[in-house]
Amino acid sequence: MQKSTLLFLLVLLSAAAYHLGRRRSLQIAGGTVRNLHSLPSYYGYFAALWCGFPALLVLFLWIAFENSIVIQLVLSSLPKELTSASADRLGLLINDIRNIASGAVTGEPDPAIKAAAKHYLSLKETSNRLLSLLAISIAITGAAYARQRISQEFRARNQVEKSVTIFLIGCSTLAIFTTIGIVLSVLFESIRFFKEVPITEFLFGLNWSPQMAIRQDQVGSSGAFGAVPLFLGTLLISAIAMVVAVPIGLLSAIYLSEYAGPKFRAAAKPLLEILAGIPTVVYGFFAALVVAPFVRDLGVRFGLDVSSESALAAGLVMGIMIIPFVSSLSDDFINAVPQSLRDGAYALGATQSETIRQVIIPAALPGIVGGVLLAISRAIGETMIVVMAAGLTANLTVNPLAAVTTVTTQIVTLLVGDQEFDSPKTLAAFALGLVLFLVTLALNVIALHVVRKYREQYE
Amino acid sequence: MNEICEVSGQSSGRTIDVVHASLIRRRRAEKRFRLYGLVSIVLGLCFVAILFASIIARGYTAFQQTSIGLDVYFDPELIDPEGRRDPVTLMEGDYDRLLKNTLSSMFPDVKARQEKGALYRLLSSAASYDLRDQVLANPELIGKIVRVWVPADDDIDMFVKGQLPRTGAEGERRIKDLQVAWIDKLEAEGRIEKSFNTAFFTSGDSREPELAGIWGAVMGSLFTLLVTLSLSLPIGMAAAIYLEEFAPRNRWTDFIEVNINNLAAVPSIVFGLLGLAVFINFFGLPRSSPLVGGLVLSLMTLPVIIIAGRSALKAVPPSVREAALGVGASSMQTVFHHVLPLAVPGMMTGAIIGMARALGESAPLLMIGMVAFIVDIPRGVLEPATVLPVQIYLWADSPERAFVERTSAAIIVLLVFLIFMNGLAVYIRKRFERRW
Repeated sequence: MQKSTLLFLLVLLSAAAYHLGRRRSLQIAGGTVRNLHSLPSYYGYFAALWCGFPALLVLFLWIAFENSIVIQLVLSSLPKELTSASADRLGLLINDIRNIASGAVTGEPDPAIKAAAKHYLSLKETSNRLLSLLAISIAITGAAYARQRISQEFRARNQVEKSVTIFLIGCSTLAIFTTIGIVLSVLFESIRFFKEVPITEFLFGLNWSPQMAIRQDQVGSSGAFGAVPLFLGTLLISAIAMVVAVPIGLLSAIYLSEYAGPKFRAAAKPLLEILAGIPTVVYGFFAALVVAPFVRDLGVRFGLDVSSESALAAGLVMGIMIIPFVSSLSDDFINAVPQSLRDGAYALGATQSETIRQVIIPAALPGIVGGVLLAISRAIGETMIVVMAAGLTANLTVNPLAAVTTVTTQIVTLLVGDQEFDSPKTLAAFALGLVLFLVTLALNVIALHVVRKYREQYE
Repeated sequence: MNEICEVSGQSSGRTIDVVHASLIRRRRAEKRFRLYGLVSIVLGLCFVAILFASIIARGYTAFQQTSIGLDVYFDPELIDPEGRRDPVTLMEGDYDRLLKNTLSSMFPDVKARQEKGALYRLLSSAASYDLRDQVLANPELIGKIVRVWVPADDDIDMFVKGQLPRTGAEGERRIKDLQVAWIDKLEAEGRIEKSFNTAFFTSGDSREPELAGIWGAVMGSLFTLLVTLSLSLPIGMAAAIYLEEFAPRNRWTDFIEVNINNLAAVPSIVFGLLGLAVFINFFGLPRSSPLVGGLVLSLMTLPVIIIAGRSALKAVPPSVREAALGVGASSMQTVFHHVLPLAVPGMMTGAIIGMARALGESAPLLMIGMVAFIVDIPRGVLEPATVLPVQIYLWADSPERAFVERTSAAIIVLLVFLIFMNGLAVYIRKRFERRW
């Protein structure tokens, strides 16, 4: 039986169990619901849960472990000389067996492999049969057990609600597991990387050329994994972005919340927020195709030597992308400043701009700083714009007209394309990812803390 | 206002004069400040306008494709020598030769080998497949002379659309003088026509710009979003319900909240690293598949959906809960029968916005191998696929001139999808929003 059919069948069985449970409860109650502890449908849900849940659990566990167990069994049946090969060869062998089993035969395969493929297919068949038998019998046993438990005093609602609560808690802890998953996945690979390249060299080295390291086969001593140029490049581009985004975002938020009439505000705000909804790959294309040539031509006109992948172009476009982020956050914080502060300033004879500059901004400053920190963390982690518009070679420079590379660009270039999973080149991407995660995490934690403190102040 | 106090403390003149004098300056400062605000808004709006204008101006031409009309003689010698109309034989016919013969007969004075090559390159390399398909669909054509419209090569297409120069040093031009003359002749005979570019919407990726389409990427995006939606919507709603309605205020729930807020701000590429390390290397799920892409994107959109869901639940007034509890509903019944139905429109709005963001996301998908060059249209969540934004990234990297226009056109399609989704979210909010 196919697994999708089995899944469908289990759902059907659960639905049947629901009806059985409901009917049974009414039967016990003699047709009057008053005699029951819970509403009849809860007895139905109770039966359906017992029918469906254990069987589905078995199904998913089976799917998760089936492949590796079947492969192990197939390999153990193969002649010794085939299985004693290295891990890579073994992987190829397994692939061959699978391909032949699925009917995609190229050339005339080895008879041993052919036999293995046959064995593989028959094992899969047996496994499928076993699973169907097991799952269906578990489902029926579960339903029968639930039916047997149903009585007038049985608290079905409490049982059902308890299982729903457990499901809800499980879903809300997923965020924690995601964080743990991120930390572990980048940490493990990074530790493997730092075994080959000392951590001090990675953090403080001035020379970054991961491609060279593989060819010259002198990873530790070549000094090719010094990430300082990447950090500097990231900071340079983020700084340019902030120079664009913070004044424009902040001033437009001030204008929209303090000066603009309701009609202008209703029209301009959503138009400005369009910038936030545009995918980053579009910004990347815009930066590479429109802004970068424009910046270069402008530079040439003034007699400057501008790289075609200048940090300026990438930073400008990144700044444009962040404008709505800064402006909507500042807007929130400016609106959160109590009206009484404004009224007080006006009563003292301050003009509107004096009120804004000397009362509202200082009052909203913690929030705005938090917002800017969040914006910086977003600029640091932004990927597509820099991948498409910034350079690939690591230059240790703060000249905005030169090409620099960033942490995210390097992660992408190291991991896209052919991968050898144990080379320091790919592991370096995870080390960079770890740095990126830690830095943005720190920025976010500080920013969220500041913002939270600020919100409490005026609530 | 410090300055005012200082000035008025001096003995020269009456206070009111000093205030009057400073008022002019202060009013000017007021106007200036107001202008700064206006200028920055106008700048922001200008960026929106420039962005859209530059992409539309570059992309709208891609919705048309140049084709060339040829009077092809379907020579039985070449495609059906046995005359049995057997599909197997017809499949293997030399349709390339048919086209070459036709072109040679139209331009009889082209003799040199190199010139002939240039002449044949007027047509797309897929033109012969077009002929084959037509013959297979309608074997009656064999032995007749029929006018057939076949796609032009991408350079010719660009030239006809006026995006490649006609004049200038010949060595620097993609289209040489000879080809210009041929094209002019064809145009004069009415054999060049621009028609709606259906291939762009119906085919998968290709190395040839005139054959490349977005359908494969659209299907990939669809499958990826299906996986994302079916995972992140129920889980996100459940988490929002628990945190907002049931969770006790303690360290544990605080910790969960901090985690969710942080995940919302973690760079998307880090999620890609997670997907690569966990889903592909640890669980061994197939690389480049919409399944893995959807898993990664659902982890990414989960915080968005949870945060939106919580604020939707928070907006339901406590009186609803109290009334339900008052007539004897359990807390679970209160939430699922009374609070949740009122919060669903708000949750849906959040979910659609989360999906729109997932649709535009590309960085994490680069990590899990969805950047492969894939010609086939994916038919399931386990087959290798790419998505629309990644397709845009891939085309933006291609050197051919014609891909610039196709990239912009793909961006237009993506933006149309996004505008539609966001419009839907706004509609749902406006239509179902209840003010309490």
